[in-house]
Amino acid sequence: MSAIGLNHFLILATTLFGLGIFIISTRKNVIAILMGIELVLNSANINFVAFSRYSNGNIDGHIFSIFVIILAAAETVVGMAIVLMLFRRYKHVNATDLDNLKQ
Amino acid sequence: MIVVLLFYFLALITVLGALVTAFSKNIVHSAFGLMASMVGVAGLYGYMSADFLAIVQLIVYVGGIVVLILFAVMFTGDIREVKSSNKTVNLLWATPFIAALIGIIIGAEGKVNFVSKTTKLHNTPTTKMIGDSLLSDYVLPFEVVSVLLLAVLLGAVHVARKYKTDER
Repeated sequence: MSAIGLNHFLILATTLFGLGIFIISTRKNVIAILMGIELVLNSANINFVAFSRYSNGNIDGHIFSIFVIILAAAETVVGMAIVLMLFRRYKHVNATDLDNLKQ
Repeated sequence: MIVVLLFYFLALITVLGALVTAFSKNIVHSAFGLMASMVGVAGLYGYMSADFLAIVQLIVYVGGIVVLILFAVMFTGDIREVKSSNKTVNLLWATPFIAALIGIIIGAEGKVNFVSKTTKLHNTPTTKMIGDSLLSDYVLPFEVVSVLLLAVLLGAVHVARKYKTDER
């Protein structure tokens, strides 16, 4: 086993990204889709911090990660509010069945 | 040696949690898989000597977002009926497409020769540097994000508010 380099983190982040996209494209439940979005954002964060760690003491990647975390929290809160409203109105949260605009 | 093993252990936790999130039939198990994945990512931040971010990840993601998702799962009912709560669609098409996507990105990353400026870990705490940056170079995004948080607070309360029946 060699030392851990930048590519290890990039491959890990790519795997997380792929799984997140997989969840977004295959799940029916809106809450599960939001979980997939969290995974995608986390993979981006891993990339930011990894590039920051393998540069020469630069801290900018950490700042970007903090802003991404803030935006993820905001997005989740609004998403959950929308999910609760959807459930109150339609009694289900299946993304494929919410097709009122098609009719 | 032990450092290398630590990386693979943390990566294993992260990817296994994500796999449980992706393939579990029960949405509560999916939420707990997401929690394991977030804990693994926090450990990876610690591994990359980003101590402040590791703690922020634990507090915001594990303590906040995953718990919020669990709340929403509990609120939206019929979690006992596993068949209807966490269905998957398009599995046949999504699997080869996503596998090809991951393969292409990893292949491209292997082609690019990123120059590592350093290989040794920075052992200095990052909190002071992050605070200095937030209040000097990044003070405008910092203020904008505070306005965003206020808007989210008001918007979430407004959207999730209980409407009177005649308002619909």
